[in-house]
Amino acid sequence: MAQHKVNYLQDGGAPIKLTTIDKLVNFGRSNSLWPMTYGLACCAIEMMATGASRYDFDRFGTIFRASPRQSDVLIIAGTLTKKHAEFMRRLYDQMPDPKWVISMGSCANTGGMFNTYATVQGADRIIPVDIYLPGCAPRPETLQYALMTLQRKIRKESIFRAHKKKRLV
Amino acid sequence: MRKYTPKDDVQRKAPFSDRFFVSPNVPRTDISDDEIFSKDYEIFSSKFNVLQAFVEHTHLVIYIDKNDIVEVMNFLSNELEYDMLMEMSAIDYLAARDGYELFYEMLSLSKHKRLRIKCFLDKNDSVESLTSIFDSANWSEREMYDLLGVKVVNHPNMKRLIMPDDWYDHPLRKTYPLQGDEAASWYEVDKIFGKEARDIIGPEQRDPAAIDRYDTERFARLGHEVPFQTDITEFEPETSIQYQEEDTSKIMKTLKPEESVVLKRRR
Repeated sequence: MAQHKVNYLQDGGAPIKLTTIDKLVNFGRSNSLWPMTYGLACCAIEMMATGASRYDFDRFGTIFRASPRQSDVLIIAGTLTKKHAEFMRRLYDQMPDPKWVISMGSCANTGGMFNTYATVQGADRIIPVDIYLPGCAPRPETLQYALMTLQRKIRKESIFRAHKKKRLV
Repeated sequence: MRKYTPKDDVQRKAPFSDRFFVSPNVPRTDISDDEIFSKDYEIFSSKFNVLQAFVEHTHLVIYIDKNDIVEVMNFLSNELEYDMLMEMSAIDYLAARDGYELFYEMLSLSKHKRLRIKCFLDKNDSVESLTSIFDSANWSEREMYDLLGVKVVNHPNMKRLIMPDDWYDHPLRKTYPLQGDEAASWYEVDKIFGKEARDIIGPEQRDPAAIDRYDTERFARLGHEVPFQTDITEFEPETSIQYQEEDTSKIMKTLKPEESVVLKRRR
């Protein structure tokens, strides 16, 4: 049937690629991180700028989704108040596994300048955070860098081991 | 970090006093100097019991009895054309006078004049709602209740405006601690995980300069970051690395004192 025989040794090698399952899955996961469209304060403006055409998050395969059920990255962009903490946690719980969290800006990291009664002193008190992004507010480039750092982190993970949560609860 | 001291007597004793500070006294002028105000005040004082009245910063300020508030507002908006309630709230005088001072800022668009109605409210007393006259009073009264604990009766939707519904205490009171009481500092933990999780999560870290050298990733020890959950309390190697960039880049070089030459005199 074959009109000509392919000589694998001569014509550019065999059409076979050897890799591991980890690498294959992580290739997919890390290059299609879908964050949730979710802004809390002024950091959200920078997050929106990062998603828009000038900085263009789409080229990382990062497309903002309007539902927690379709997203795998939660960017906590802004001041997390104690009133809002409950809803933040609820949205996080609604996201399907595997999921990652970027804490964006000083307020989300530590409470920042809001050393007051009504602000959560660090979003990691209620949600396990993977990447802490400093800045007030962080520039879009730094958010891109945080995302690339998260990608690097994901590529190191093994899909067969459940990745260790930073928080116990 | 500054030591926290209870602020119960904050109104009696100022935390800091400047010897040369002269308290600015807002000059009060007589009502008769202003033509429109004097006319308005004449009609007003014939109808209601006025405790005190003067002009301050082009505002006519009138102190009234708190039981008259609805009739006064009705009269002001319908008869005297002060048709907008710009702002209203209360001032905490709990320590000094055991009550609140309520203020209502009115604006007359036809007269281009502003008027302030003030009244004193005892701590356990309540004030009548103005929502039947001004819609803007709706949220203002909710805010007043939320932040200061002033009780308002006959309000259509009396609940907290800013703080969560299950918040304890009223944050704008002068006795309220800036960093919250116990209920406030554990609020999100109690609500999301329950009180059992307090031990696991731990108290809030409010010191902005705090460095934990045994933190999870050991960021405080440059060049010796370790994987997550490694026990590093015992192992403390000497490190010569002072800067994060050392030994990572060829073009970065640290200036060492023994290799450098100090010039005695300018060449």
